Amino acid sequence: MGRGNRPEHTAPPEVFYSESEARKYTTNSRMMAIQAALTERALELLALPDDGNPRLLLDLGCGSGLSGEELTDRGHMWVGADISPAMLDVAAEREVEGDLLLGDLGQGLPLRAGTFDGAISISAVQWLCNADTRGADPRRRLQRFFQTLYACLTRGARAVLQVYPEGARQATMLTDAAMRAGFSGGLVVDFPHSTRAKKYFLVLMVGSAGALPAAAGADGEEPDDETAEVAVAARRQPRKKRRGIVGALTGSARHPEAKGKGWVLKKKEQARQRGYANIPADTKYTGRKRKSRF
Amino acid sequence: MKLLTHNMLACHIKSVKNGFPFKIEAVRVEEIEADFDPDFLRHIFPRIEYHALREAAETLGAGGLPEQADEASLEDEDFLRAFHHALLEVVLEEGALICPETGRRFPVAKGIPNLLLHEDEC
Ligand SMILES: C[S@@+](CC[C@H](N)C(=O)[O-])C[C@H]1O[C@@H](n2cnc3c(N)ncnc32)[C@H](O)[C@@H]1O
Repeated sequence: MGRGNRPEHTAPPEVFYSESEARKYTTNSRMMAIQAALTERALELLALPDDGNPRLLLDLGCGSGLSGEELTDRGHMWVGADISPAMLDVAAEREVEGDLLLGDLGQGLPLRAGTFDGAISISAVQWLCNADTRGADPRRRLQRFFQTLYACLTRGARAVLQVYPEGARQATMLTDAAMRAGFSGGLVVDFPHSTRAKKYFLVLMVGSAGALPAAAGADGEEPDDETAEVAVAARRQPRKKRRGIVGALTGSARHPEAKGKGWVLKKKEQARQRGYANIPADTKYTGRKRKSRF
Repeated sequence: MKLLTHNMLACHIKSVKNGFPFKIEAVRVEEIEADFDPDFLRHIFPRIEYHALREAAETLGAGGLPEQADEASLEDEDFLRAFHHALLEVVLEEGALICPETGRRFPVAKGIPNLLLHEDEC
């Protein structure tokens, strides 16, 4: 994603999510569909026990409450936190069932230990990677966020954070910070081969070494519903120069030449160790030159 | 803010060791009916700090909770109703939360506590 195209570069979140931006979350049906689709996938990855019992969940960066309403629809109780008063006003207007807190995730969660059954976050946590106020230290803020998140979850609980990391560096920064706080798990990349539909979900687990869930579309198929594609389109990514984790392993803007097989194998191994899921298996085709089809 | 949420909150000022429970300053309290869901009540009971809930409910003018309660109380329909009411139906609309350790006051407006910290608090 190019600089200047990311809302995260334009202003701090409490400024970017102004009244007019917040309004879009009640009027723009495309944005509303995106929030619903992303939340649905996050809930799938959250994998709550299938016993029909309602749970107490967190929605981090709950904004206008669209994601929270998906939780309510499934019978869950929730508490949402957000830094934008304008977004929370919209949530209050919508009369969401969940309770709302005005707070900054980077200051840590004001919650008692072992109180929540799970957490979701839709398109919010990448904001913590930016130093948008004087002297803000993103690493320290991420540490505080993940430590307090880890503490407030019950044993065996999960947190599923859908994020828009800016390149591989931020993806690593987020994953590392989560692992250091004690979580197991890692990044699940849905539709990794689709520039339009690619989605990052940080799937974090407390105290269980369960296997990471499978990504959707890892075999190269495209999503069958349109919202998955729209979701990225709405961020107005430039068509050129899109790189994700997979792209970063095969060349970059600074090093466009193809790398040798050894380099690719090393990078893939590093990525696995950093907790990324969906790193393709090493085969005899790894690192080979691809013929251009056109 | 429901008392369920109040019961889960703890002051997150960096230097604070025990930020639970926030004292409540109530200016406006509302009662909002909520679906009675015994499964949820039983699920959440072990996680509730019961004495803090009872005290908060009294501050907000909702009596009816017995002095003591344990898992066995959950068999009692009257208790479940009172627990449900205190936890989910009594809502703090305007007022403040006060950190028990530092006395720091966090205002609550339109039902939303403002828990943003000052720079020297985090
Ligand atoms: C794409 S919106 C998510 C919208 C939300 N899921 C909904 O249904 O409306 C991202 C949200 O993250 C919030 N956010 C960004 N940085 C934050 C921070 N440091 N602390 C709390 N919330 C933050 C923004 O204010 C914004 O409401």
